[in-house]
Amino acid sequence: MSTEHTITAPMPGVFYRQSDPTDDPFVEVGDDVSKGETVCLVGVMKNFHDVTSDADGTVSEILVENEDAIDVGDALIVLETEE
Amino acid sequence: MITVSRPGVLSTVQDLGRFGQYHIGMPPSGAMDPFAHRVGNYLVGNDEDAATIEMTYQGGAFEFDEDRVVALCGATMAATIDDEPINMWEAVSVEAGQTLDIQYASNGARSYLAVAGGIDVEPLMDSRSTYTLIGLGGYEGRSLEEGDELALGAPPEGATDRIGSAVDDEYIPDYDSIDSIRVVFGLCDYRLTDACKERMTTEPWTVTPDADRVGYRLEGPELEFVEREQPFGAGTDQSNVVDLGYPVGSIQVPQQPIVLMQDAVTGGGYATVGTVISVDRGYLAQKRTHQELYFESVNVDDAVAARKAQQETLAAIRKSLE
Repeated sequence: MSTEHTITAPMPGVFYRQSDPTDDPFVEVGDDVSKGETVCLVGVMKNFHDVTSDADGTVSEILVENEDAIDVGDALIVLETEE
Repeated sequence: MITVSRPGVLSTVQDLGRFGQYHIGMPPSGAMDPFAHRVGNYLVGNDEDAATIEMTYQGGAFEFDEDRVVALCGATMAATIDDEPINMWEAVSVEAGQTLDIQYASNGARSYLAVAGGIDVEPLMDSRSTYTLIGLGGYEGRSLEEGDELALGAPPEGATDRIGSAVDDEYIPDYDSIDSIRVVFGLCDYRLTDACKERMTTEPWTVTPDADRVGYRLEGPELEFVEREQPFGAGTDQSNVVDLGYPVGSIQVPQQPIVLMQDAVTGGGYATVGTVISVDRGYLAQKRTHQELYFESVNVDDAVAARKAQQETLAAIRKSLE
């Protein structure tokens, strides 16, 4: 049975889906991710911080647009996980 | 000793600052919210200048190898000792072998971990504060990293008697509800049109993601300068003046404003159109990126009165904990 798991913002800042504008996004809907894998970046205080997945699963939804402003605790990415 | 098992986004050792070196281009550094830093030290029985760990946006996890009294003050951060939740603004006991784990900030941006005896890094120019831009002071001149081992000073006498004493609710700031930041206009406010100064104090400003310990960059209404032929020695842009010293808290306007904070640039050629009063610098430092604030124009007497009122509050807190 699968359940939903939401990755939330660990800090406020700007949401980035890729490490460079010309790079591919870290994840797309349908990708499998494993715990500890980088799924996006948050830019704040002139630095970029990796946001890593805290579960194994498949990306079912990306809730935020690239370069959107996010606050701490905002839902970013939804995973489907196997229970 | 405490070992950093998870550092957080930006955690640095800070005291009240490194003074008397501004003329050589050395800013004070020190706690961005000195009120929370001081109260933390009161709780554990330290001098108010003892070094604490300033954690921005995210707390860290710290493993203790000896018993210590600690206190966490500032932005709301959920914290546990070996998975048992603890209160903020309260003297708490940590035992050897336990880990204090601090989560992200929800009300405010910065929290201070005070430890009885203080964080004992080598002082530089009479201060333990970290100035990360040039890598001086604090712990190796940088923000904390996983595995760092921080020495502690000798705990003050009677520190353990303080366990359980807490700051009264009436003294605990509700950072997110404070959106008015008081400013004394000057020295170069003559460079702005009256209409522009009016807009500066009536329209909201938003904290940008660049805001850090050096300066709080804000976004808001467009600034309008009084047209002039630039004097000799000033740059060509209308925001330029002949170089001057920048007070800490001053609002420089390279088009959009930057409020200089504890790691301030000490001088240069941008017009500084006002200065955030010292009490409100602490509140500004608790604003997270994307939050809104307003500038309120006050005079120097108001600023001095605000500082005196805060000193009285701090004295009352200190007395209540004796």
